Amino acid sequence: MLEQAAAQRRQRQQELIAIAELADTGSAPAPSETSTSTSTSVSGSGSGSPAAAPAQPSPLADAAEPSLGAFDDTFTWSAEVLAAQGRQLDDISLEEIDWLGRLRRGLEKTRRGFVTQLLDRLGDDPLTPEVLDDFETTLLRADVGVQATDQVLEALRQRLNEEVVDPAEGIRFLKEQLRGLLDEPITASGVPLLAPERERLNVWLMVGVNGVGKTTTLGKLANLAVRSGYSCLIAAADTFRAAAVQQVQIWGDRSGVAVIANPSANADPAAVVYDAIGAAQSKGTELVLVDTAGRLQTKHNLMEELAKVRRIIDKLAPDAAVESLLVLDASQGQNGLRQAMAFAKAAGLTGVVLTKLDGSARGGVAIAVAHEAGLPIRFIGAGEGIRDLRPFNSFEFVEALLAV
Amino acid sequence: MFDELSQRFEDAVKSLRGQDKITETNVEGALQQVRRALLDADVSLPVVRAFVDEVRSRAVGSEVVRGISPDQKFIQLVHEQLVETMGGANAPLAAGGTAGAPTVILMAGLQGAGKTTATAKLGLHLKDQGRKALLVGADVYRPAAIEQLRTLGGQIGVEVFSLGTEARPEAIAAAGIAKAREEGFDTVLVDTAGRLQIDTAMMEEMVRIREAVQPDEVLLVVDSMIGQEAAELTRAFHEQVGITGAVLTKLDGDSRGGAALSIRKVSGAPIKFIGTGEKVEALQPFHPERMASRILGMGDVLTLVEKATKEVELADVARMQQKLQEATFDFSDFVQQMRLIKRMGSLGGLMKMIPGMNKIDDGMLKQGEQQLKKIEAMIGSMTQQEREQPDLLASQPSRRRRIASGSGHSPAEVDKVLTDFQKMRGLMQQMSRGGMPGMPGMGGMPGGFPGMGGFPGMGGMPGMGGMPGMPGMGAPAGRGGAPKPARPAKKRKGFGQL
Ligand SMILES: Nc1nc2c(ncn2[C@@H]2O[C@H](COP(=O)(O)OP(=O)(O)OP(=O)(O)O)[C@@H](O)[C@H]2O)c(=O)[nH]1
Ligand SMILES: Nc1nc2c(ncn2[C@@H]2O[C@H](COP(=O)(O)OP(=O)(O)OP(=O)(O)O)[C@@H](O)[C@H]2O)c(=O)[nH]1
Ligand SMILES: [Mg+2]
Ligand SMILES: [Mg+2]
Repeated sequence: MLEQAAAQRRQRQQELIAIAELADTGSAPAPSETSTSTSTSVSGSGSGSPAAAPAQPSPLADAAEPSLGAFDDTFTWSAEVLAAQGRQLDDISLEEIDWLGRLRRGLEKTRRGFVTQLLDRLGDDPLTPEVLDDFETTLLRADVGVQATDQVLEALRQRLNEEVVDPAEGIRFLKEQLRGLLDEPITASGVPLLAPERERLNVWLMVGVNGVGKTTTLGKLANLAVRSGYSCLIAAADTFRAAAVQQVQIWGDRSGVAVIANPSANADPAAVVYDAIGAAQSKGTELVLVDTAGRLQTKHNLMEELAKVRRIIDKLAPDAAVESLLVLDASQGQNGLRQAMAFAKAAGLTGVVLTKLDGSARGGVAIAVAHEAGLPIRFIGAGEGIRDLRPFNSFEFVEALLAV
Repeated sequence: MFDELSQRFEDAVKSLRGQDKITETNVEGALQQVRRALLDADVSLPVVRAFVDEVRSRAVGSEVVRGISPDQKFIQLVHEQLVETMGGANAPLAAGGTAGAPTVILMAGLQGAGKTTATAKLGLHLKDQGRKALLVGADVYRPAAIEQLRTLGGQIGVEVFSLGTEARPEAIAAAGIAKAREEGFDTVLVDTAGRLQIDTAMMEEMVRIREAVQPDEVLLVVDSMIGQEAAELTRAFHEQVGITGAVLTKLDGDSRGGAALSIRKVSGAPIKFIGTGEKVEALQPFHPERMASRILGMGDVLTLVEKATKEVELADVARMQQKLQEATFDFSDFVQQMRLIKRMGSLGGLMKMIPGMNKIDDGMLKQGEQQLKKIEAMIGSMTQQEREQPDLLASQPSRRRRIASGSGHSPAEVDKVLTDFQKMRGLMQQMSRGGMPGMPGMGGMPGGFPGMGGFPGMGGMPGMGGMPGMPGMGAPAGRGGAPKPARPAKKRKGFGQL
């Protein structure tokens, strides 16, 4: 997946350089319309942005390649974030910068409010309890939760007992703590970056409560898989929700991925999965993405149904690499932890996808989920477009969370 | 987290016990815990702060009435303040539309909040009231959004109008209104695409839709699992679009629903309905008192009390109490208790209203209900004599075998139920005497949530006295009916784990 992305990145950069050269003549660089076959199929399948409404926002416009925006401070910020990861400017793609920019837009308000202002006010004076209160506020407002917030602030307090710490150092320490909590399960998994294994059957199961973005995430993953050269198949195992099959079918069409569905209403999801795995095995498909119906973790029978799906997968494809991914909505609060605990039990979770990070919510509950449920965050979703999915990175996440 | 929370809350509030007055200083610890409870319930931080300040100023110096201790008074204040903030009686939907001049209701909210589902639920609600509603599908972005609305419209038998995904949302909405006027619909429900409040282009589109349809009602649909975002979300939609009410969805889960407080506090608009399931029937009016208890993690105490008072004869309770104390509670009493419970509704519905029990999941409930059925079947195979003298069974294995085969259970199962029953009798006896060691297997609620006696109409929680100890169920301890509430059982086991 990575090589493929890198190649694409290179190609894109060359195009951009060309555009930049053109731009020297004075005209602003127009967003290039270099649509890949993927994005063509996207616009073909009903983004429906009508010509009559030019101001019409179309989330799917994101499907197009990112275009070079003004050399503004979002751009610089993003570049800084990436550079701080120890990466050279050359191996940073525009896609990444665009992505970070989008992440940051959601943070605009509080970002200005918090740390910069704080640092201005305090200069090099040692950290005071009031500053700690400000930290607390930031964490709580980011949905980190009282318990996890107490935990990291306690660590900071202990540090303060030992030595004098200035605010900048305090913030650095805080970030380190938070990153630690997020990285722990990733390190423990031994897989720093999740990707399907080549030449082998991979089954990725998308689970979660209602409306969090399971189907959308699956659509994005299918696209990523196709772009990365995997053969892929979708199992439409949400047989319950109105028009769920049509929805996932549209996502499949967008990337040219076949969808296995059972046309009869309220069909058994396990039967759909059975069919899909059978088809994948006979065709030698590498990745089967399974869409499941949203369910609240308190619904016993629905959780049982999910456990059954999970068992079927293990039984039919004992040699497959199975990922069971909890889709978590970043705009949700403390209930996220309960979701993680319950789904871990029923679906044998192996990881988490955090969606809707393009909003102003920070998804702080992911910290508790990573730490207490021991689940690695694998991807983040930041938009409704087909490309708005990205591997999780604790550095970015924490930067965005505290938005310095 | 829940249990821990209520426990901590309780401990903090207890510090007020024995004080003759609530003061600035002695109330701080309790306020801290209120703050924490609200944050855990996902109430937005600025709202929490304002709320805690209000409670403080109301609590400090408040007269402590005879018979109510300061801790009870405090909880009562917090609860009252929550109820007041979330609004009094539940607010109805704008009505008055007639054929030719329909009422227009516009649905708005974040992605995945439940707008489309709520549109259909409201459509059904209106239909049930004999109104003629038209659903308008103005979400042209989400894949299959219109098909989703059409499917739901088909399920409830309410017409759906749309112009496909190639038209502009505002044009679809306007055309929908025109159609409704012409064809004699009296209400129009407009479903729109999910949007982030920080997405200016999408928010502008929402304003254009509003201008095109001139709604009588703009309902903000909010997922009850939402976090700190609730306040900002509400503010943005209220300032830019103007909301007249809200629908809080997915309350069938175990979210604490603190958003209800944030929404009301920020916009002043009432929560009009709650969504309690995926099915189109799962819509209910909003009750501030119930929400207040839920946010505080107290369970739906008031509803339970209402029911209990209505259904249970006080005389029965007193008699049962007596039997408990004397450990003469027998199987016929048990059957009677079960009948009471059934009259009060399903076991599940009942348990969920009990503080600390509302996190019970359907699985545990099902297990509990099955357990009850099992016991009922066994009792069905007992003679009257055996029912009244459980000791007979204990001493004669042949009787136990007969009951086993008569009720279709194994002798071991019967033995287990009997042992549990005996244990329970012993425990109940101890309990009603005041001491309550460990309470193995009772796994119930925190017996005496402080201040529960302070709620209006909550007296001694009539009817609860008889409930403790359904063998095999690990039933809630209830309030024991005794004047002095029992210590909460710290370790809670689930159902069926004796
Ligand atoms: N802004 C934003 N919206 C998203 C994102 N991911 C999904 N959505 C939107 O959230 C809504 C729900 O997404 P779905 O993919 O249908 O969610 P789901 O979990 O499959 O829902 P159910 O199957 O009904 O439980 C849709 O409107 C999506 O477009 C994201 O990362 N950002
Ligand atoms: N359990 C439960 N699920 C609900 C409730 N209301 C809606 N849902 C589910 O939540 C998911 C999203 O609901 P939708 O009605 O599609 O949400 P929406 O706001 O229209 O979503 P977008 O149009 O994508 O923004 C679906 O799976 C619904 O079945 C509820 O009260 N309880
Ligand atoms: Mg779905
Ligand atoms: Mg919708």
